[in-house]
Amino acid sequence: VSLVPGDAAAAAEAAARQAYGRLLAWLAWQWRDIAAAEDALGDALLSALNTWPRDGVPASPEGWLMIAARRNLLKAERHRRVTEDPAVTVLLPSEDGAAPPRRDLPDDRLRLMFVCAHPAIEPAVRSALMLQTVLGLDAARIAQACLVAPETMSKRLVRAKAKIKATGIRFEEPETRELPQRVAAVLEAIYGAYTLDWDAKDGPDVLGGGEGLAGEAMFLAALVAALRPGDAEAWGLLALIELCESRRQARTDAEGLLVPLHEQQPAQWDAALIDRAAAHLARAVSLRRPGPYQLEAAIQMAHLSRRHRGSTPWSDIEQLYARLLSLHPSVGAAIGHALATAYARADPAQGLHRLQAVDPKRRARHQPWWAAQAHLLERDGQREAALTAYDQALELTRSEALRRTMQARRQALVGLSGPS
Amino acid sequence: MMQFVLSFNQPLQEIERHESPTEGAAALEPWKAYMAELGAAGVMRGGNRLAPPWTATTVRIRDGERLIQDGPFAETREIAAGYVVIEVPSLDDALHWAARSPSSRSGSTEVRPVALPPA
Repeated sequence: VSLVPGDAAAAAEAAARQAYGRLLAWLAWQWRDIAAAEDALGDALLSALNTWPRDGVPASPEGWLMIAARRNLLKAERHRRVTEDPAVTVLLPSEDGAAPPRRDLPDDRLRLMFVCAHPAIEPAVRSALMLQTVLGLDAARIAQACLVAPETMSKRLVRAKAKIKATGIRFEEPETRELPQRVAAVLEAIYGAYTLDWDAKDGPDVLGGGEGLAGEAMFLAALVAALRPGDAEAWGLLALIELCESRRQARTDAEGLLVPLHEQQPAQWDAALIDRAAAHLARAVSLRRPGPYQLEAAIQMAHLSRRHRGSTPWSDIEQLYARLLSLHPSVGAAIGHALATAYARADPAQGLHRLQAVDPKRRARHQPWWAAQAHLLERDGQREAALTAYDQALELTRSEALRRTMQARRQALVGLSGPS
Repeated sequence: MMQFVLSFNQPLQEIERHESPTEGAAALEPWKAYMAELGAAGVMRGGNRLAPPWTATTVRIRDGERLIQDGPFAETREIAAGYVVIEVPSLDDALHWAARSPSSRSGSTEVRPVALPPA
């Protein structure tokens, strides 16, 4: 079979996309060295792009890539003359050529994710590490999405991998005792990857048309849910990310100002994605293990139910936030609860009362708290106090879109009451 | 005879140089020479080079909860890069060996006697 180069390149890319994480996870697990496995797999992909256009795409692209990557690993190790190492010899028997059947390749991607989100790895680097090792994204692209310099991101990733190698973090399922915490860390890193993207999109347009990471984060969430189908929070996180993603278009208006969820145009929401998320959330709930991601998804779902019912079910949302607060207290949940209370009871004062209950130390430099405070004070007719709160919120705002949005609101409030 | 631990403290920059694929080998030459000297003098009782600080993990138990943190306990200007245990007649001999360490030029070398068992 001869293929035109473009087809071969596309086939190589498609195979890479599907197989990368599986192959890397397997090689890294055998080798205990993520960086070496990445180099070997990268070289294998390169040689695939060179030979497939000439010889055709092999029957099992994944098997071909694995054999080539293994050969590269062995070559590198021979240079270092440590072929007696058991980590090396385990790779030797199947170097003879026949592609291993796909079922022989265990799916170790979850193990790889456990390694990436290990408690000894700095939380801030876990999301990036996972995106790179499971999906093969390069450091430059991750750096672009996270708005950091490529060299900075590259250094962080190299060091994290060096630490995994030097400390011998095990490529194993965590012990049962530790499992809930470790799964939670994996889910948190995936959500982190998603919010990185969300925040970057919200920020100044320095991405230069670069693709975001939302699709990748959604893929990882779907992967964990598929690999741990009994985990309610995994399905909850997948639903939550899908729901956030479904309203991406509606987030900003024609002037680039941010539109709050309850004022967005339901016609701009992605109905197919909402339906998919609804099915995933239903699956999560059927497992009867409630958790924060499921509750956050349920809150989003309640907001999005406005597309059918025409109004926002604020009382339901207030109750869901109360539940979330009792299960997993956070400043963010407290703010959501306060706003929902104000709307549900059509009484801004009750919302303000709840905002006051937030620990002063934790709210002092928290932009969303000041924004909520400003909004509720304005609705309560406390103009001067609202203006002060807007100023506080603006001082803490880093994203350009958000800053312009807050300024527009402050301006409107000044204009409403005429010159003072 | 007394045993002393010499701790080799280095600025981060120097440790990064040791870990560099291009400069690493050259940067470690003075260390090899120093270790050979200690060996030849017959004073060396053991020791290790430490992996770089970004491979460190710090553990604390607080309120019965195990807290794990990436990185060394404290951010300091100089970081432990390795140690040796030497056996010499006196502090002056230990200081003589400490002064010869490459770390005394790029950073510092701490000299500490091994505690004697309580009498």
